[in-house]
Amino acid sequence: MSLLKEPDLGTPAKPGPATVTVEVDGHPVAVPEGTSVMRAAALSGIDIPKLCATDSLEAFGSCRLCLVEIDGRRGTPASCTTPVTQGMKVTTQSPKLEKLRQGVMELYISDHPLDCLTCSANGDCELQDMSGVVGLRQVRYGYDGENHLDEKTDSSNPYFDFEASKCIACSRCVRACGEVQGTFALTIEGRGFGSKVSAGGTDFMSSECVSCGACVQACPTATLQEKSVVQLGMPTRSVVTTCAYCGVGCSFKAELRGAELVRMVPYKDGGANEGHSCVKGRFAFGYATHPDRVLTPMVRESITDEWRPVDWETAISYTASKLKDIQTRHGVGAIGGITSSRTTNEEVYVVQKMIRAAFGNNNVDTCARVCHSPTGYGLKQTFGTSAGTQDFRSVAKSDVIMVIGANPTDGHPVFASRMKRRLREGAKLIVVDPRRIDLVRSPHIEAAHHLQLAPGTNVAVVNAMAHVVLTEGLVDRSFVDERCEDFDAWAEFIARPENSPEAVEELTGVPAEELRAAARLYATGGNGAIYYGLGVTEHSQGSTMVMGMANLAMATGNIGRDGVGVNPLRGQNNVQGSCDMGSFPHELPGYRHVSDDVVRGVFENMWGSTLLPEPGLRIPNMFDAAIEGTFRAIFVQGEDIAQSDPNTKHVHAALAAMELVVVQDLFLNETAKFAHVFLPGTSFLEKDGTFTNAERRINRVRPVMAPKTGKHEWEIVAEIAQAMGYPMRYDQPSQIMDEIAALTPTFAGVSFDKLDKLGSVQWPCNDNAPEGTPIMHMDGFVRGKGRFVQTPFVPTRERSTRKFPLILTTGRILSQYNVGAQTRRTGNVAWHPEDVLEIHPHDAEVRGINDGDEVTLASRVGATSLRAVFSDRMPVGVVYTTFHHPVTGANVVTTENSDWATNCPEYKVTAVQVGLKNPPATADVASSEHRLPAMAD
Amino acid sequence: MTTHTGMSPQVRLANEIAVHFHHQPPEQAATAIAEHIRAFWDPRMRTELLQRAESEPDALDPRALAAARLLTG
Repeated sequence: MSLLKEPDLGTPAKPGPATVTVEVDGHPVAVPEGTSVMRAAALSGIDIPKLCATDSLEAFGSCRLCLVEIDGRRGTPASCTTPVTQGMKVTTQSPKLEKLRQGVMELYISDHPLDCLTCSANGDCELQDMSGVVGLRQVRYGYDGENHLDEKTDSSNPYFDFEASKCIACSRCVRACGEVQGTFALTIEGRGFGSKVSAGGTDFMSSECVSCGACVQACPTATLQEKSVVQLGMPTRSVVTTCAYCGVGCSFKAELRGAELVRMVPYKDGGANEGHSCVKGRFAFGYATHPDRVLTPMVRESITDEWRPVDWETAISYTASKLKDIQTRHGVGAIGGITSSRTTNEEVYVVQKMIRAAFGNNNVDTCARVCHSPTGYGLKQTFGTSAGTQDFRSVAKSDVIMVIGANPTDGHPVFASRMKRRLREGAKLIVVDPRRIDLVRSPHIEAAHHLQLAPGTNVAVVNAMAHVVLTEGLVDRSFVDERCEDFDAWAEFIARPENSPEAVEELTGVPAEELRAAARLYATGGNGAIYYGLGVTEHSQGSTMVMGMANLAMATGNIGRDGVGVNPLRGQNNVQGSCDMGSFPHELPGYRHVSDDVVRGVFENMWGSTLLPEPGLRIPNMFDAAIEGTFRAIFVQGEDIAQSDPNTKHVHAALAAMELVVVQDLFLNETAKFAHVFLPGTSFLEKDGTFTNAERRINRVRPVMAPKTGKHEWEIVAEIAQAMGYPMRYDQPSQIMDEIAALTPTFAGVSFDKLDKLGSVQWPCNDNAPEGTPIMHMDGFVRGKGRFVQTPFVPTRERSTRKFPLILTTGRILSQYNVGAQTRRTGNVAWHPEDVLEIHPHDAEVRGINDGDEVTLASRVGATSLRAVFSDRMPVGVVYTTFHHPVTGANVVTTENSDWATNCPEYKVTAVQVGLKNPPATADVASSEHRLPAMAD
Repeated sequence: MTTHTGMSPQVRLANEIAVHFHHQPPEQAATAIAEHIRAFWDPRMRTELLQRAESEPDALDPRALAAARLLTG
């Protein structure tokens, strides 16, 4: 494939039907009202010269290159800022226009280095292109006068340079930072000839810049250029694929020179991101070719032995024979596995199939267990299906946006940019979070209400909001009567005095009047949309809270149309897909219970195997069973459970107790320290398949390069199954998707061919919705009627005590991703080289802690140490940290507490004590007896 | 095996489920708890719970105990 260059129509599309007809150079074209002359011309096939215009940004009208003549109008208006009118006749080329444009270009070029042949943007420079387009043949002004040619280059950012001498001050970067990203880190400093782009008066690295790449994308010259392009040269071919970081699932053009990946450029036609990106997806792909990657299978008898590299045949037969031997000695249920949310749907599907059909049990779980399993439970109970209700575009129609337990600007930055755009347009924001996240107050955005609740009191708050809605007569009765059931019993429960804002004020820390005002705003402010994250799910009442939010949305009629809904912001790239693919021990693909004889029969018929009708073990149950001795072997696909799961000491003890731990991953991670077989995995650049994002959008993941390991992950899994005696063979991953479609009603219409044709589809995709379903529950809930569920508040058992008086809550940061296995191996470490403990100055002062001190963080299950950083983002009594670095081992202190319904760990509430690290901490981080020096991670 | 709370994991989990059905009448709650455990628990966990219900019934929330007895049926 050659380099894919998407057309740039100059200004953004306007909504609505094409009702306005104009004539451009004699060519008629019909466009929606409000469309610019420039865009209308481009749609009729005529490109008007431009520099400051690009269709991702609103028209600016500064470069004066896009001048046109319009019949009946005086002068030469800029086509980018002039909207079409019915019957307008436009001329884009004339001697007069030619002369004007040449004059403009002459001025630009007179203050621009003439180093085109050696410039990194040679061949991809709009200034160069426009010089040719306007026919510039001479520049009458020399370089003797004042110019900007000696401006210094800012190379402070790890990923791109700012070569100021090449800047034409078109403001595209400044506008992209504001309009697209919503950060407003850049500005034009100075006036007139002294105007220059500035990152707030400092260098890029020290500025508010979040390195999303929007400015680099928008720059028409080499001024803002990827370092990789400077070093490697312009790419020559593109492969459209999907990012492997968060659940937004951005589409990218992987741009290569030969076999070398030069850069990742966000794809304008990507349904999830529509041409935007964040620092991780745009730049942090170096881990895929990092020297730490292991490319050869390895085995060892004991975890104290050295690894022994072997060929694939040996690794597969060793794994299969060990698994079978353990089953012979300990029973069919003594083994199991975990699927990964970082692998494709096809790879997940074959792992769960291997476990159910070749292992012969249902001991399969997935990392969603520790993040969004309560979403699956809660939304299925209330709405009938385990997924968010909206597409990302829907937020553009929201009037009130309620963000609960999520930090989108860090965790889901590309969606956050969409959300911020809508907030700048005037939508109201309610933030429910113990921490003052950036969204609460950022450029041009201020939350109407920040309900800064005490950790662990989510359900009390959502119940109180529902109490206000009900008792103040704000229920949408027609919606409830027509679409829902079990309302009366719920109403009786929620109206009880103990659910009132006043009754829960002391407990939650949220002033009753503030809560009442927020509830009224959500209920009466127009389209109300809820977006939530792990601050909802990772609690002992995670599932209850999901149902509480669903109750609130149904009571106010905020379900089933554009702009509303209940929307989980999924953590990992394919966490939705891994759940869809039957990774839970009680559900076959498509969320159908294993006890359903009819469903099981369909799978048994297709798979040629008898399936168990009983649920298998969930991840925490596997650990418990391993320590009890009834669970002896585990296959771990792309998940670092030794670092990511709570109560590290317990997890390590469980892993150490097993006879066989098989790890399929890119790196020798913390879990690999307990492994006997290491099966090297493939990065997203090598995979061929699909990811499903948080809006149920199924995107193609196309191979940018061949597997560096020599095998696709699905091939390895199928060969293990075969070696165990179960026939499983596919020639292509498309065959796996075809099998998924044949067995799963919500995927019935999905195929690689359709995805290649449409770009992406959102499930359900079947005969009823051949091109997918952007918004769910429009004509009725999946379960028929939406069900109100009573959600009594039950306090967590985890309480602050005299010994552990603070509450620790955890989260993640923009530049790092989960356990950091990927981002720690990229330039992103420049922003976050270590996990730190954010502590309120008051809590620090009473403990004699200074900003930057090393402190010990201890809970009832363990202790670790890290650096303290003062912050007033949390209330007094609450501390906060991230979990991106294994050396910190934040999960050493988290406990066995979990969501009552799903066993999702209660990461967000841990009673802790913090003290100066003197004497040295008693941390049992990654218990040193298992930390083998031969393994680097 | 016991946890930091001194309970077996199955007893702890069953009690945590039971607390979330305290708002329901005892019989209805026991049925709902039993249904939940049947739907989500591996058989070996259910067996362990039944053994604990026999050997240390006082460790179980009364609704969880009632649910365990329903599971034997």
